[in-house]
Amino acid sequence: MILRSALALTMGAMMCAGAWAQAAPSEAEVVSFTLENGLEVVVIPDRRAPIVTHMVWYKVGSADEQPGKSGIAHFLEHLMFKGTARHPAGEMDRVIAEIGGYTNAFTTKDVTVYHQTVPPDYLDEMMDFEADRMRGLVLTEDVIGAERDVVIEERNQRVDVSPQALLAEETAATAYQNHPYRLPTIGWLHEMEQLNRADAVAFYDRYYAPNNAVLVVAGDVEPDDVRTLAQATYGQVPRGPDLPPRIRPAEPHYDTARRVTLRDPRVSVPSFAKGWITPTYRMAEPGEAEALDLLSEILGGGLRSRLYQELVVKSGIASGAGASYDGGAYDPSSFTLFGVPQGEHSLEEVEAAIDAEVARLVRDGVTAEELDAAKMRYVRSLIFARDEQSSMADIYGSRLANDGTIADVAEWPDRIRAVTSEQVQAVAAKYLDPSVSVTGYLLPSDNGAQ
Amino acid sequence: MSILSALRRLAIVAIPALLLATLPVRAEVQFQQITSPQGIKAWLVEDYAVPIVTIRFAFEGGTTQDPAGKEGVTNLLTYLFDEGAGDFDSDAFQIALDAAGAEMSFAADLDAVYGSMRMLADNKDEALDLLKLAIEAPRFDQNPVDRMRAQVLSAIAMSAQNPATAAEKLWTETLFGDHPYARPVDGTAETLPGITPADLRAQHKALFARDNLHVAIVGAIDAEAAAATLDLLFGALPAEASLVPVADIAPVLGQDLQVEYPLPQTSIYMAYPGITHTDPQYFAAALMNEILGGGSVLSRLTDEVREKRGLTYGVSSSLLNQQHANALVVGTATRADRAAETLEVIKSVIARLAAEGPTEAELASAKKYTIGSAALQEMSSSQAIAGTLIGLQLWDLDIDYLPRREELINAVTVEDVKAVAARLLGVKPTIMLLGPKAAP
Repeated sequence: MILRSALALTMGAMMCAGAWAQAAPSEAEVVSFTLENGLEVVVIPDRRAPIVTHMVWYKVGSADEQPGKSGIAHFLEHLMFKGTARHPAGEMDRVIAEIGGYTNAFTTKDVTVYHQTVPPDYLDEMMDFEADRMRGLVLTEDVIGAERDVVIEERNQRVDVSPQALLAEETAATAYQNHPYRLPTIGWLHEMEQLNRADAVAFYDRYYAPNNAVLVVAGDVEPDDVRTLAQATYGQVPRGPDLPPRIRPAEPHYDTARRVTLRDPRVSVPSFAKGWITPTYRMAEPGEAEALDLLSEILGGGLRSRLYQELVVKSGIASGAGASYDGGAYDPSSFTLFGVPQGEHSLEEVEAAIDAEVARLVRDGVTAEELDAAKMRYVRSLIFARDEQSSMADIYGSRLANDGTIADVAEWPDRIRAVTSEQVQAVAAKYLDPSVSVTGYLLPSDNGAQ
Repeated sequence: MSILSALRRLAIVAIPALLLATLPVRAEVQFQQITSPQGIKAWLVEDYAVPIVTIRFAFEGGTTQDPAGKEGVTNLLTYLFDEGAGDFDSDAFQIALDAAGAEMSFAADLDAVYGSMRMLADNKDEALDLLKLAIEAPRFDQNPVDRMRAQVLSAIAMSAQNPATAAEKLWTETLFGDHPYARPVDGTAETLPGITPADLRAQHKALFARDNLHVAIVGAIDAEAAAATLDLLFGALPAEASLVPVADIAPVLGQDLQVEYPLPQTSIYMAYPGITHTDPQYFAAALMNEILGGGSVLSRLTDEVREKRGLTYGVSSSLLNQQHANALVVGTATRADRAAETLEVIKSVIARLAAEGPTEAELASAKKYTIGSAALQEMSSSQAIAGTLIGLQLWDLDIDYLPRREELINAVTVEDVKAVAARLLGVKPTIMLLGPKAAP
């Protein structure tokens, strides 16, 4: 099914959890430069096949929306396909379709991204299209209504039909009490229904400018050629007004354990996820985000993790258990543990066992062997990530759009290797406090399942 | 350079050494056909840009080979290859695999069992030794068998109350009746408990052989080492698989199905007749499908249902080709109160294409899209290349099919598409609606 304008409901889809761990290792060939109008450019040569990935990352997402306008960042993402004075709606789609290329876009809490995959000879044309719509979008009233219906159907299809997605939305709204990460990126339905042309134009005028964007080009190209093409296209776009620093409302100090429960007749096996707000790479103390990534790997990263081995293999009380850490967000994000009971075992047993594993790790730390194995898996995933051109482009784009540098990506494996057992134990003790957690329970309805 | 010339450069070479003399201006993907000393064939793409080797393989005969009453055995088999092999029990095997720096995976569908390994080139000997053990000598120890069975049962239980599960069961059973394609791939809560390690061993023995094997290797490995790898991994397998014959089947059409459930959206599923890869009208049908609702955003269905009316987030059509059945399916999800309208719009788009065929411009666009997108999608990573090569082998296509395909596509005329549209879309489809009770 074609789902253009795919919405990344959280940073999760492309950039967090395991995926952020896929930063490419040091790439001597990666080149970056900044145009006079403020556009940052990064070129990642990859000459294995005649393909190029072209991405524009705008440093704006749903967490930058004005109160009452939830969903506007994502709605505008859809409207960006409605044409300019030079290239009417549908022209870019037609050109890309005719060369068999691929185009899409996505919105997260922190970024809005447009991308194309095409043969290298069409890179200049892609740059021309993107540069043109960076400041030249023409939004007429008559495209607003039908596209608003489309994003409402998108919400229906992705969230409202899914108990899991509804619970995740409510859990986020409970975890964050002040920060706009509490808002769903797709928007609250009642606010989506009110979004209009004026909202879209205001959002576009404020945030869509070369000095608020990062251009990533990965593929079978020469950096010098990219520089020339970028200058001739994006270089002609005037700089926009300077944006103030992105300072979002901070979270207050918490001291409560909160629970969110959704009962639904479609659920037959209960499950839960327990989360904590944790710092991300951008603002963590040195080494903390790396330690959180390894903590996630050791506690719940697959078959060799403590949760899987203890709950699924040894005691058999769970059919699944794991962890995820989103270190790629701009502001503090989440560390999450989850579990599903097996057979006759109860959700309470699984939750108690997971709590016990956390407590044991906080008390006794991790062994040198399991830390080494976790580091090795992690660094291996960085190398495997280089096999997919678009994942390399994602890694650089998300890092740079979140105030990071190319050096951050290059140094990434070494920073993982430098983490000590003491650091892993310390972040577990500091952040995974059960008395200030937020837990979402997905349960069968009272009269639903057997 | 256009994409057409890019496609032409997907050259087939027999002697890779000759290539070293002339360095390409742009990247090229070179396919080689290799044969091992023991006579095992594979397709290879050498690529040293990233220090990784990817191997993918398929054994024909998938879940259709499950014995009656043992439904789920082939699927369960695929959960057990990293749960102990040779002298390694589950724990020891996983630790060794991890230390070797490799990722291994197995999966099954109706027609085949698939395996793959992605490994760091420096550690490939250790990794391949483990893969060899997994392929040749999986243990099926009772404890991991019980654990994996419990996980499959848990997944079945988790989806048991979901209306989509019931809808999919109804859909499959309506289309395929009592053919093996209608049986549940995962098995059921009734069949899984009866599956023993002996059943798994028997299924492994029946399916893992050399005469139903297809292999693709991509990455930092030369032809000689790749050929030796084939013998290492597969040389000790039986020469012949023992597969139960499976009949070809035409899906049952003309049915109207409804699964009522109070959801905010109504999902619409439609099945029309399909077409085999070997049919002379196949490429005309593939282009027709692109124009109707294929991968390009310019399809008639996307334009009418999404762009003009805002009725959906996505609507598409696709040609489904399995070894024993083919169909053209259309799918969307739409707001429940306008489901009837959406279905009517889709039907009228289909009726018009069946009656009038496409325009010259539409066909020209569809040709360019189909040729170009195939090249981009099939070459985007080692995994994608290896998957493409396995797919071609499963369809008995030659290694020169990819360069030849462009010619076959370009030869299709508007009349050809019109004829195949009438043939496939002029038939009353099977339609299923999943959603709230329709308003009277």
